[in-house]
Amino acid sequence: MTSPAAPAVEKVISRAWGTPHSHTLAEYRKRGGYEALKKALEMAPQAVLEEVKKSNLRGRGGAGFPTGMKWSFVPKDSPKPKYLAVNGDESEPGTFKDRYILEEDPHLMLEGIAIAAWALDVHTCYVYLRGEFKFAAQRLQAAIDEAYREGIFGKKMLGKDFELNVWLVRGAGAYICGEETALLESLEGKKGWPRLKPPFPAVVGLFGCPTVVNNVETLASVPPIFQRGADWYAKLGTEKSGGTRLICLSGSVNRPGVYEISMATTLRQLIEDPDLGGGMPAGRKVKAVIPGGSSAPVLAADELDVALEFEALKVKQTMAGSGGVIVMDDRTCMVRSLWRVARFYAEESCGQCTPCREGTPWQTRLLRKIEEGRGEPEDLEMLLNVATSIAPYPPIGLGTTICALGDAAALPVHSFVARFRAEFEAHIHEKRCPFGDRPWGHFGDWA
Amino acid sequence: MAEPLFTPEQQKTFDTELAEILTHYPPDRKSAAMLPAVRLLQSLKGWCPPEGLTLVAERLGVTKERAYEVASFYVMYHLKKPGKYVVDVCTNLSCSLRGAESLLGYLEDKLGVHAGESTEQWTLRETECLASCGTAPCLQINEDHFENLTSREKVDAVFAKLK
Ligand SMILES: Cc1cc2nc3c(=O)[nH]c(=O)nc-3n(C[C@H](O)[C@H](O)[C@H](O)COP(=O)(O)O)c2cc1C
Ligand code: FES
Repeated sequence: MTSPAAPAVEKVISRAWGTPHSHTLAEYRKRGGYEALKKALEMAPQAVLEEVKKSNLRGRGGAGFPTGMKWSFVPKDSPKPKYLAVNGDESEPGTFKDRYILEEDPHLMLEGIAIAAWALDVHTCYVYLRGEFKFAAQRLQAAIDEAYREGIFGKKMLGKDFELNVWLVRGAGAYICGEETALLESLEGKKGWPRLKPPFPAVVGLFGCPTVVNNVETLASVPPIFQRGADWYAKLGTEKSGGTRLICLSGSVNRPGVYEISMATTLRQLIEDPDLGGGMPAGRKVKAVIPGGSSAPVLAADELDVALEFEALKVKQTMAGSGGVIVMDDRTCMVRSLWRVARFYAEESCGQCTPCREGTPWQTRLLRKIEEGRGEPEDLEMLLNVATSIAPYPPIGLGTTICALGDAAALPVHSFVARFRAEFEAHIHEKRCPFGDRPWGHFGDWA
Repeated sequence: MAEPLFTPEQQKTFDTELAEILTHYPPDRKSAAMLPAVRLLQSLKGWCPPEGLTLVAERLGVTKERAYEVASFYVMYHLKKPGKYVVDVCTNLSCSLRGAESLLGYLEDKLGVHAGESTEQWTLRETECLASCGTAPCLQINEDHFENLTSREKVDAVFAKLK
């Protein structure tokens, strides 16, 4: 077993959170804000891109794709305008970090946008925020307005002849619009139906033009790279993943919240460290943990000595995803939990591909039947068959649908059943939920 | 004659704001403004009446079916007039692990309306993760967010202000 304390790390994304007026430009400047942009503007765009590559920054939206490499896919000789689309849809269950960046330190992300625009020769950026974010939208719009007033956005960028316009667009309640091509459809004023890839957005994206789609946290991680250097940033992380990352901890744990951690931190340390999760509530033990948003395959209590880093989690056939860590304790019914997760994907399937449109409600109906004590022995095999027809597993990524929502819906089913099969069988055998009418947390338990 | 969609005041707001929104897009891509335009309509009317969607479609140069397709795809747009207060309770996993399901039950009793149903005063719905999982359970009333609703007293305090 590893040490209970998480490795120490310097905070670079969340350091200002909770300090007075942290969201204003004046305070941001006092922390050295927009100095990184100044440095970047003195460099050639190609050199900026190389620096991001060297930093080993990987996308924080879910897939962990190397950011510098993504930027390098944008064709340099295209006569078309190029766009930057910021993904602030933040709807993956268990994820709530981008929201805090926007509420507490929006300029950090805006500075990242400005640097990216310079590197990519982008003159128009759309920030797509999930429709429910009211406070974050207010804070962000105020920060954008400040940046225009102070000559950062608009016709000139810090005095340089480089025009950048940044527009905030609010979604309207659809998880699928977090998928990058659905997001582009939505930005084009349509329903969020994902596009077949290739072509990838970097080549054919918004309005048919080259477009980089990056997550809010990814862009907020860019200014520190230029403030302190790519080598310094890379060293904060592990061999293949540079920097720190935000983790969203929720569920049955003493101190839920957003924590900026070293990627060498293990799941067990995240839960146990008194400065992070602070351990489990009295009398409860960990039963299962979802490590990267509800789409990521679940891990059992004996699998927690794994670092919260892209490669390490891949070895366990799960993923770092969006950083949403959901802890379930020994009083939690796994069938009930999976049923709720399955229902989410059925609700949010856009209806474009048959395996997902038909398979996700089917999974949900079977799980409900089992949870309500009406399950037959063959239902469990049927459940796995349906999941396999949407996306076989392992490994991750074999989905039969246009976008990865199908995978996201099937992976929980495969992984819950693989690790907690006896519990599913007990429901079928006993013809009831063994947890009775308290399958999970109760209102008032946490007061 | 049918009642006009907007008051003159509302019409002016609609025209001015839509014109501003359109400056965010390339001139030949007016229809990209569909989401903000429907949001604007709903902010003025409280929902998306058919005549309103027709107007949006006309202004953006697309068919009314296109406007309807978008308005019906996204859950935040109301195609039927909702209650005065739309109460969305998150019952996704992180919230349910901390009691969201019993919170919803409490609200059904308290407001006298079942989840998924509406009265003049209340529309009560179960909703998906609202990105407040670390401050669960949570709910949203119209566009306002309430978190850490771990006891009846806290829920009662939120609703005490609504009349
Ligand atoms: C169903 C689905 C939902 C997604 N939701 C989000 C989201 O809410 N926010 C996000 O940043 N990425 C989301 N993604 C990932 C995006 O498609 C994309 O990989 C990401 O925005 C790229 O940014 P990054 O390289 O900076 O991580 C989602 C992907 C899928 C398949
Ligand atoms: S699960 Fe309820 S806010 Fe995320």
